[in-house]
Amino acid sequence: MDLNTVAEVRDARQPAPWRPGDAWLAGGTYLFSEPQPHLRRLVDLGRTGWPPVQRREDGALEIAATCTITQLATYARDLTVPAAPLFEQCCRAFLASFKVRNVATVGGNLCTALPAGPMISLTAALDGECLLIAPDGTHRRVPAAEFVTDPGRTVLAEGELLRSITLPARTLAHRTAFRQASLYALGRSAALVIGTRDPADGATTLTLTASTVRPVRLPFPAPPTAGALRAAIASAVAADEWFDDVHGLPEWRAHMTYRHAEQIRRELDGAPG
Amino acid sequence: MRVEVNGRCHDEEPRPGQCLRTYLRDRGCFGVKKGCDAGDCGACTVHVDGEPVHSCLYPAFRADGRTVTTVEGLAPDGGELHPVQQRFLDAQGFQCGFCTPGFLMTTAALSEEQLGDLPGAFKGNLCRCTGYRAIEDAVRGVRHVEDPDAGQAVGRSLPAPAGPQVVTGTARYTFDLEVPGVLHMKLLRSPHAHARITGIDTAAALQVPGVHAVFTHHDAPRRHFSTARHEHAEEDPADTRVLDDTVRHVGQRVAAVVADSEAAAEEGCRRVLVTYEVLPAVFDPEEAMRPGAPVVHDKDAGTARIARPRENVVGEVHGEIGDVEAGFAEADAVHEQTFHTQRVQHASLETHGAVAWTDEDGRLVVRSSTQTPFLTRRALCALYDLPPARVRVLTGRVGGGFGGKQEMLVEDVVALAVLRLGRPVKLEFTRAEQFLGATTRHPFTVRVKAGARRDGTLTALQLRVVADTGAYGNHGPAVMFHSVGESMAVYRVPNKKVDAYAVYTHTVPAGAFRGYGLGQVMFAVESAFDDLARRLAIDPLEFKARNIIGPGEPMVTPGGEDEDLHVASYGLDQCLAIVRRARSEPGGEPAPDGWLVGEGAALAMIATGPPGGHLADATAALLPDGTFDLAVGTAEFGNGTTTVHRQIAAGELATTVGRISVRQSDTDVVRHDTGAFASTGVVVAGKATLRAAHALAARLLDFAASHLRVPRAHCRLAEDAVLYPGGRLPLKELYPAARAVGVALAADGHFGGTPRSVAFNAHWFTVAVAPDTGEIRVLRSVHAADAGIVMNPMQCRGQVEGGVAQALGAALFEHVRIDAEGRVGTAAFRTYRLPQFADVPRTEVHFMRTADAIGPLGAKSMSESPFNPVAPALANALRDATGVRFTTLPLTRDRVWLALRDRPA
Repeated sequence: MDLNTVAEVRDARQPAPWRPGDAWLAGGTYLFSEPQPHLRRLVDLGRTGWPPVQRREDGALEIAATCTITQLATYARDLTVPAAPLFEQCCRAFLASFKVRNVATVGGNLCTALPAGPMISLTAALDGECLLIAPDGTHRRVPAAEFVTDPGRTVLAEGELLRSITLPARTLAHRTAFRQASLYALGRSAALVIGTRDPADGATTLTLTASTVRPVRLPFPAPPTAGALRAAIASAVAADEWFDDVHGLPEWRAHMTYRHAEQIRRELDGAPG
Repeated sequence: MRVEVNGRCHDEEPRPGQCLRTYLRDRGCFGVKKGCDAGDCGACTVHVDGEPVHSCLYPAFRADGRTVTTVEGLAPDGGELHPVQQRFLDAQGFQCGFCTPGFLMTTAALSEEQLGDLPGAFKGNLCRCTGYRAIEDAVRGVRHVEDPDAGQAVGRSLPAPAGPQVVTGTARYTFDLEVPGVLHMKLLRSPHAHARITGIDTAAALQVPGVHAVFTHHDAPRRHFSTARHEHAEEDPADTRVLDDTVRHVGQRVAAVVADSEAAAEEGCRRVLVTYEVLPAVFDPEEAMRPGAPVVHDKDAGTARIARPRENVVGEVHGEIGDVEAGFAEADAVHEQTFHTQRVQHASLETHGAVAWTDEDGRLVVRSSTQTPFLTRRALCALYDLPPARVRVLTGRVGGGFGGKQEMLVEDVVALAVLRLGRPVKLEFTRAEQFLGATTRHPFTVRVKAGARRDGTLTALQLRVVADTGAYGNHGPAVMFHSVGESMAVYRVPNKKVDAYAVYTHTVPAGAFRGYGLGQVMFAVESAFDDLARRLAIDPLEFKARNIIGPGEPMVTPGGEDEDLHVASYGLDQCLAIVRRARSEPGGEPAPDGWLVGEGAALAMIATGPPGGHLADATAALLPDGTFDLAVGTAEFGNGTTTVHRQIAAGELATTVGRISVRQSDTDVVRHDTGAFASTGVVVAGKATLRAAHALAARLLDFAASHLRVPRAHCRLAEDAVLYPGGRLPLKELYPAARAVGVALAADGHFGGTPRSVAFNAHWFTVAVAPDTGEIRVLRSVHAADAGIVMNPMQCRGQVEGGVAQALGAALFEHVRIDAEGRVGTAAFRTYRLPQFADVPRTEVHFMRTADAIGPLGAKSMSESPFNPVAPALANALRDATGVRFTTLPLTRDRVWLALRDRPA
């Protein structure tokens, strides 16, 4: 929709002081989808020319904040790491259509900070690291799992920019398992659980998103038992941290999370799910 | 800026925050539609450098240097259609057509892989009308339209006359025109559920550059009216003002700002300073009826036509036939249960809105997205003391209605601005405003008590019904009254009693919605009878079959009988036979391992028109070129009536539909038409067309016989001529011959909508339920529809499928939620789930072999009624599968799982 209070678009390549009423513009698919009467200026990242996805020499994957969902999915189709299938699974876990995914960006999905943001799920599960740049140029790095603090909230300070997310080579080598629940066919995620296992030592991590108010990562040094897994979820998620909105009752989200976590545990163990 | 749109270069700079959708519409690409303006519905899909995007989310400035293709540019040069456009015509993959440009642009961009996964590919393309089967057929290249010979149109699958415009993006909906000098209106809405406006300061708003006027309750007429449109205005309470000094729900209009641009009008709204005295509010209808509850309308009962204002009861009905207590005493089983249906929104893809101006004769002209142009003119005349000759109301093509546009929700305030300013003014609702400032289906609470003997004979039926009409009573009493009509009359029970209430609360108003209350009560009755049959160890379908009325029987409600209502054709037995046959044969999707499986049915009856008369005029005339002009009042909003009107006229005039052009839904073209509601587009307005065409045919033959000096009995009409022994007289020669002697070859037809018949439906599902997730999967869906003689099988099937899909949405997940402060919490399609392609199973549609004695050429209505049996059939199947009776809609996975978890072992 038209953002009628926006009076100016500034190219992000030309540095200028951050002002109240500024917003970073990546794909625009969130900004333009709701009224934003507080905005006066869009700072356009569209001409930055950042390479969307790069494989670094150490095998890590650096994803620019401006990489579109479609670009990431396309790139991952040719990726030959064990974790490759997870990219396509997460890129399809959007409520939005493929046409929105043609424009929407990975960074935008993280910054919107919805519990159901599947790029949050992906980058948190693969132990990604976010590179943030403050208005004064200062860089800092934050684990992707800690980037979202609450529904709609992130660690970003005013004017701070999410530049990229780096997924380490280590987790790209992990086997993964994915489960998603929604109230509807192909609907918004009400629970999204990802499991990863290090083939070298069996270390396993479960990442809970969508059903919880913020991403929850549960690391296990060795494959957990069903009981240990349940106990870990119970101690990590307080009763009021199961997310409550129109996309599912908290009780059901919790149930689906436990159920999927157990299915994932079995899948990673190689047992029938 | 330099962007190539459909081969043409544009260099106008977009506004900084402008999206591509409005930029393209500003360049005249009206095929780019606004359904949601939020990226959820896909109606604005265009290609940017060949890639499909939702143009409402695409920053316009980013189109710089790119090539954009809209639906207008989809076809290659040279007049040929794009293959996808042709397929959507061949399958008629649309009804109202508002979503069609988006579906075309999406389909044209799909890869082979995506074509193999249509549920995924059409995530983000919403159609509210079709139920998606017709769209899938279009994508797959299935052809349904027929091209019959002259005089053979009735009963055949003729295409919609507007089809070529719909698929090329040239069909003109309400806002698809340029109005020079138009001003834009935006509404400031109440943040409070109940408050008195003690001060309203417009000075700062008027200072905003571009703002022309700010209207408040000080500017509005003192008189009260109802937004509901009925032939008889007394059916609804007079409880609404154009702008009021009291607000009764969050989202009620407080002020209207008119400006050069939407941006300035929005800014003006933000600058209006309103002082509210916040008052206590009530959100639950049962609480609202209790002593001491906040009063929603402290008005005089007689003047406002409110039954009991102090108790918030706007209308009520109490009646008893026989003696229900005696009936329960003689029953072997008595079953009692309370049911709840939720708030549901119509979600027509085109939002409400109107654009109005003054024409060269000084008349007020209102172009609106309405189902009732004539009744809206009547209301505007009453509101502003204007004679009918000074007001014209018309529609473009209307992008869906479903009852929601049987209201005057925008025209009153737009007219106020035009009358004051003398400038054209436009008001177009946002999608959010549709949810918080329009109307919804009435939420109902229904307590059913039913008794039956061991042999399955019903002995008594008692209902207590509470309908929440929200802050205003538009349609409240009428919906409540209708809800306990056919739902109770279809069963033969000697003792019936009803107590029903339409109750005000401080919530968004409810209004007319497909089914008009029947679906809510049928959900309760059809569910309760299912349980009652089970208690008696009788098959629920056979239990109902034993108790339904037969063809010769009276239709009795606790209020008595409607004198003008007749069973003028009876297909309910055939409907049940369809269900029996479906049950007895194998078929349907297999159930996944570990899922619970069950089946269930429900039936429905509906009158083929509203009580109290529904008027329609039509005029048929021969044109100089030998073709015909047909003028009708009824509106086309995807219901397909225009197609059928042409077929009816073509049948009477022994010609082809291509020789009949239709002018419609304009107060200038005929004398009167009550409107396109209550399923009357074919059975009432079509009857007026039938009479006009029939009379014109007689007039043509009369004149031809005298002109040719041959016996009239030897003359007959053919496609474009009168045939007589030894020759043919082309109609284009007949026209000047008649004109030369002062004979007008035109004829009028009228129907008053009475007497009325009844239509029947039955639905049957088999479902599978995953007990550990709550997921419901429809394995098979069968619908039997008794529409009398089916005028157009393709379109009638589409009406049934669309009704079933809409009802599935209401049964499974649609829910307008109101929070603790009375605010609507689901004001977008991403929070209010509409059925998507992936959600709608294919339904087998069967038509019964009946011919109605009242309807035109034996036809009956079939637009609202397919909705009504769906939710109870689904709930009955769910009960069969799980042993749990679900009494509250919607049946979302979380609620189903909770109920199954908590069921007794």
